[in-house]
Amino acid sequence: MTSAMTEFFGNLRAAPRRILEAAFRGGAPTTDRTRSTFIFGNVFLHLHSVRVHRWTLRWPATMGLGIATTAAFLITLVTGVLLMFYYKPYPEAAYQSIKDIHFVVPTGRFMRNIHRWAANVMVVCVLLHMARAFYTASYRKPREFNWLVGMGLLSLTLGLSFTGYLLPWDQLAYWAVTIGANIAQSPREITDALEITEWFDPGGFQRALLLGSEIVGEEALIRFYLLHVMVLPLALVFLMTIHFWRIRKDGGLARPDDVDQRLGPPEGEVYPVFTQAPEKTYQLAAIVRGRTPAVGSGPENTVPSMPHLFYAELGVMMFTTLVCVALAIVSDAPLKELANPSVPENPAKAPWYFLGLQELVSFSAFTGGIGIPAIVLLGLGLIPFLDRESAGTGRWFGGPGGWPLVQRALLVGFGAALAVEALVIRFGWIREWFPAVGQLVVTAINPGTILTLIYGAYSVWLVKRHNSARAGALGLFTCFLCGFLVLTIIGTYFRGPNWVFYWSPADWPKH
Amino acid sequence: MTVIPGGSRSRLDPEATPRRDWLGLTALWSMVSALSFGFLGALRLPKAAVVAAPSKSFKIAIPEALAAGEALVPQGHAAAVFRDEEGVYAISTICTHLGCVVKPNAEGFECPCHGSRFDKTGGVVKGPAPRALPWLQVRLSGDEAQIDEGKTVPGGTKVKSA
Ligand code: HEM
Ligand code: FES
Repeated sequence: MTSAMTEFFGNLRAAPRRILEAAFRGGAPTTDRTRSTFIFGNVFLHLHSVRVHRWTLRWPATMGLGIATTAAFLITLVTGVLLMFYYKPYPEAAYQSIKDIHFVVPTGRFMRNIHRWAANVMVVCVLLHMARAFYTASYRKPREFNWLVGMGLLSLTLGLSFTGYLLPWDQLAYWAVTIGANIAQSPREITDALEITEWFDPGGFQRALLLGSEIVGEEALIRFYLLHVMVLPLALVFLMTIHFWRIRKDGGLARPDDVDQRLGPPEGEVYPVFTQAPEKTYQLAAIVRGRTPAVGSGPENTVPSMPHLFYAELGVMMFTTLVCVALAIVSDAPLKELANPSVPENPAKAPWYFLGLQELVSFSAFTGGIGIPAIVLLGLGLIPFLDRESAGTGRWFGGPGGWPLVQRALLVGFGAALAVEALVIRFGWIREWFPAVGQLVVTAINPGTILTLIYGAYSVWLVKRHNSARAGALGLFTCFLCGFLVLTIIGTYFRGPNWVFYWSPADWPKH
Repeated sequence: MTVIPGGSRSRLDPEATPRRDWLGLTALWSMVSALSFGFLGALRLPKAAVVAAPSKSFKIAIPEALAAGEALVPQGHAAAVFRDEEGVYAISTICTHLGCVVKPNAEGFECPCHGSRFDKTGGVVKGPAPRALPWLQVRLSGDEAQIDEGKTVPGGTKVKSA
């Protein structure tokens, strides 16, 4: 053979290895340096820092909830694109196409189930993740901004769920969205009472913006579809990128000040830290703000992200996928009859995570649907700017009061919510006692606002008692969590036809 | 940063804006204001000037047998039609709370969504509905009533055939 031919076959044999080398420059991640290049040489991975603190890798530090949320989102992304091949965003065609996906398209039902379940898993995980970040006081300086980005992510996640809910165009979808659109219109409750709707109608504007018409029809469907498959996912990816990048720039995840004592010396194998002399000098360091880097000594108690962090992340992602697939196998996504604008579902229920809101809305549309959610979002957003303390950062229930305070707040939170609900269910509310009462009175004084006031007063008392904003925040967050749970469970399991309280669906009247 | 020769001021220092930057700034701000106006105009985009919607007016024959105060709910319309000694009238069946369709019952109307109850004239007696059910415009020609779901009339307006 000629030497050119020998070389050709040699190159052919080497091609797979060289393709890999070209993609992952720096070679196999076997030394400390190549483990680092593996990360900063990769556009996706370099959102992570190259080394990660051992504290962060402990299971209770994050419980993997942020990554589980990310994984659930990626699953909805993949299955969602597959569903788009068959879905037709036009009223009756939409229903038929979902039916086709369910009954005709090979694996269509499975994909739809996974999509639906992953969306639910994502909502659960994002709520738990937020609770984790709150209870470990991880929102504090310098992580305030990431907390705000997180709130954007929470809103987008709920928005994605809500817009997706309309797409099947069945009875469930139609009436949930009718109610949602009218909640957007509910500022009219106030403008009507003041008789200024003719000149100033933010409610009507919001509804028109959402529906593009006076009815929930083709315009509404195309708007929801566009939001669901383009606008919201893009915005979510955008914010997620910032969220991850900020974690790195904020110096990794929050940790206690005395983290080294708490952790103790590492057990087992530790990869050596900076055993090779650096090849480059980093002049960038001159303009990056921060404390003086510890020259000559390696960063304490950190390990390379590759493999430690990545295998942990991969594990969480695989587990999340497993859960979604398992749920999709045992339980089908619902599909009711075709939407019928003249006969509402009875009871007409929104997705479960909005049923707490629906319970509030059944007292007053504006207070429950806009007023209280706005107060909660505002309160959440202010937390990192009101709590400027440092005790307890990075530890579960850290801060003055700690776990005993949270236990008492659980009692107050559950107790108040159950008491107010029991009262309303047993005795009714103002309108039944005084039918002539004005709407503004009902909007201002109803079980929702009363519960909010009780929670607020309790947490102000906690601030005084412990002389700490963190103590108040711990109390308030816990109370609202309890309220959310109580209202959601009542809305889901104990409300039947005409939104009447029933102990069990078995007691619902037959029609 | 570009340093202007002979001085210690940088080009970014507003006090040192040279003339050619003044031109640049004017161009920049013209563009910003033009874009803002364009954006304000585009805000009108989400609401079409004409919105297609099914006709809201319909005709219905009122049967002789319809008892006083008994509701007649025409298929596919959001209105309940009544007749008594004083005349014919129609009440909207769209709940003023969040837009579900209410059902006539012996005492008036009930809403399946959040349990609002209304009396026979549409007034709220229970639940979260903020306003009474509106009365709709009715016009009579012989036995037929023409009802317009888009036009409301003051509560209590009943129509008698001439
Ligand atoms: C789509 C939604 C979200 C995704 C995918 C996401 C993802 C993540 C990930 C992967 C982390 C790293 C630590 C961990 O895994 O727990 C993290 C940290 C963090 N997240 Fe989120 N997150 C989301 C929503 C939120 C929300 C709703 C909040 C709060 C309002 C929030 C606040 C934070 C904060 C403050 C940190 C830093 C925590 C620390 O330093 O310990 N995130 N997020
Ligand atoms: S829509 Fe009728 S009570 Fe809510």
